[in-house]
Amino acid sequence: MRGELMSTLRRHLRDFGPALLLIAGLLGLWEVVSRAVEMPDWLLPAPSDIGASFGEAAPLLGPHVAATVTAAAAGYALALVSAIVLAAAIDRWGLARRAIYPLLVTSQTIPTFALAPLLAIWFGFGLLPKVLVVALVCFFPIVVATVGGLRAADKEMLDLVRGMGASDRQLFVKVRLPAAVPSVISGMKIAATYSVIGAVIAEWTGASQGLGLYLLRASNSFQTDQVFAVIAVIALLSIALFGCVELVGRTVAPWTAAKEETAR
Amino acid sequence: MSALSGNAAATPAVALRGVHATYTERGLRVEALHDVNLTVARGEFVSVIGPSGCGKSTMLNLIAGIDRPSAGEIAVDGRSAIGHTGLVAHMPQRDLLLPWRTTLQNAVLGPELRGEPDREARALAQLDRFGLEGFADAYPHMLSGGMRQRAAMLRTILLDRDTLLLDEPFGALDALTRGEMQEWLLGIWTELARTVLFVTHDVEEAIFLSDRVYVMSRRGTMKLEVAIDLPRPREREMTTSPSFVEAKRTLLRSLLAETQR
Repeated sequence: MRGELMSTLRRHLRDFGPALLLIAGLLGLWEVVSRAVEMPDWLLPAPSDIGASFGEAAPLLGPHVAATVTAAAAGYALALVSAIVLAAAIDRWGLARRAIYPLLVTSQTIPTFALAPLLAIWFGFGLLPKVLVVALVCFFPIVVATVGGLRAADKEMLDLVRGMGASDRQLFVKVRLPAAVPSVISGMKIAATYSVIGAVIAEWTGASQGLGLYLLRASNSFQTDQVFAVIAVIALLSIALFGCVELVGRTVAPWTAAKEETAR
Repeated sequence: MSALSGNAAATPAVALRGVHATYTERGLRVEALHDVNLTVARGEFVSVIGPSGCGKSTMLNLIAGIDRPSAGEIAVDGRSAIGHTGLVAHMPQRDLLLPWRTTLQNAVLGPELRGEPDREARALAQLDRFGLEGFADAYPHMLSGGMRQRAAMLRTILLDRDTLLLDEPFGALDALTRGEMQEWLLGIWTELARTVLFVTHDVEEAIFLSDRVYVMSRRGTMKLEVAIDLPRPREREMTTSPSFVEAKRTLLRSLLAETQR
């Protein structure tokens, strides 16, 4: 038991150690340089100053974090459900694929920065336009991954199950859909990293609460240390969401997690 | 014996007459099977050997109804099987266990598709005979090669068909496991009284298991048919008996002519 714990610890150290070491090194370098050059705080504060201002702002940040996370999570959920439904339709009907796919790709060329103000004009400054921005940003990677995953099923496996007398519907439910799960989860991981950023951008264009608003206020008043503190919070939130999806993936599709383990 | 039962006994489980099969690869028409004739009687164990790529798997796919022949007749139990899936139990070369299903869930796939009740109980009752006891809830990637093959075999048996098409089921196993699996398969075959059409490229395996062995040529035609004159149940010591050695010599000579061509 103890040995098992040690080996898990050692594996984590091997997996995450190098990245942590690099981050620590870069922060140290930044600290040293900003002290040596005596950079003014509004231009580039030292990491220790950012840490201190984070400590001061932490009690104030709570409601803003809650607002951003709510928008990100709701938008993400909306994107997930509609993306999977649309992907299934695209997969089922060739006409749907030919009609929708080009539109879908084109929609990705429209910058979120341009969309967010439009949605604010249409839907006001409440939660809804933020949820919609997040959903629009997260939608595409999940659709593309799901459509790809549904086509990725092993042909021989499909032949075998068809040979057992399966109907088209049974083939879809019992083979193609589960075969697509690993792809769907990779799409979901990419979308998870977009979701927080989407919410922040939406809040930028008009909000009464949220990290985007907080960021805007801090940068407008040249509180650069606060800007960095919020950036750090956004990054941590994105990583946490990514981790959640990873965890869900391992629970829903334990066979893929094991494959990754042996591939390492 | 009445005329009716006499007829039923005479109807072969599988019959191929003048079967041709072609497929197109990069614009080229390739003939995989050329005028194949083959019969398997009910309850018989028949093997087909031949060089790799000679169309053995293609033939099984045709009988299973997954692909269609370009000419000829294929009958299962006296009825045309062309384009009809589900008449036989087909076990392809790769075990093709669904990676997201446990051993038990994989095994019951056939009955599940037909919506049969009690399927899990039936599969569970078979687990120890298939050497899978205690692995009902294990995913395929946790199983050894031999166990995966036995799980695929259980899935094939639970399809409840009289005829089994087995495509090199032991090809990927080491020699020791392979020998064990052969004896185990013969046990299952005797017990369940099924008809088996077995594809392999291993001459000894074919002789040890079969009542008759066909040799397929490189151009996809049956060039030789050898009846194996060995008593049942088969034992390992028989592999040194004169009739075994004689059959082996005949089959090897025929196969060698193919590889030297």
